[in-house]
Amino acid sequence: MFLRLSAAVAALSILSSAALAQGAKPTDPQIAHIAYTAGVIDIAAAKQAIEKAGNKDVKTFAQDMVRDHEAVNKQALDLVKKLKVTPEDNDTSKALSKQAADKLAELAKLKGADYDKAYVANEVAYHKAVNGALETQLIPSASNAELKSLLQTGLKIFQGHQQHAEQVAAKLK
Amino acid sequence: MRPGRYLPAMAALLFGTMAVPAHAATIQITTTDLVFAPAEVSAKVGDTIEWINKDVFVHTATARNGDFDVNMPPKKTVTSVLKKAGTIEYYCRYHPNMKAVLTIVP
Repeated sequence: MFLRLSAAVAALSILSSAALAQGAKPTDPQIAHIAYTAGVIDIAAAKQAIEKAGNKDVKTFAQDMVRDHEAVNKQALDLVKKLKVTPEDNDTSKALSKQAADKLAELAKLKGADYDKAYVANEVAYHKAVNGALETQLIPSASNAELKSLLQTGLKIFQGHQQHAEQVAAKLK
Repeated sequence: MRPGRYLPAMAALLFGTMAVPAHAATIQITTTDLVFAPAEVSAKVGDTIEWINKDVFVHTATARNGDFDVNMPPKKTVTSVLKKAGTIEYYCRYHPNMKAVLTIVP
């Protein structure tokens, strides 16, 4: 429980502080990069889970994550192409990727039921953190209407994943 | 492939359509941006629901009481016939924040 909370808090603070530290709200190209990166991170975590998870519900959940996040990211790529926006790497994206790589390495050391629980707990925390960032920062900061709308769809998808992850976590106990 | 070969298929299509009892209706329920619309639908046993998924995501229409579980592939329409009466709350298994109600009268 402590681990789960601390992961969520860490992810949240990275998401909100890094961009705020620049003293300005993130630009659309930065927002697009952050959102895309957030999806890539969850796909990587899910691919690890498809390999490692023992529990059938956990494996299925991971497959759902790959499918949905790939679909969202495809939409994001189509949109930036259409808008002729080049996603721009930034401190928030970098911090997210670094933290995700550490988490992936940490999860890689676990096995069996320990891994399943840790993966799902992290999925709950991660989606919660991303949802918080979407709601409080990324969506309000987005200037382009189509980008804003895609982020809003993303938020609904991620909220759905959070609830789904919570259900899977409850069954593992 | 002479035209004649299509006749049985066409006949089946025609009679298939005609065989549907006159009182059975077809009702459309759409998912757009993770929302079932209309959120509340009334129907009768024997009615057909056309589940139209406009999203790029797979959804399900899953009855909480287990009466139905319809898989809705992205950008596709699937149909199901209502078999049992009741006020059914249903949701999407992949995105449990998607919820709606189907009231089915006998």
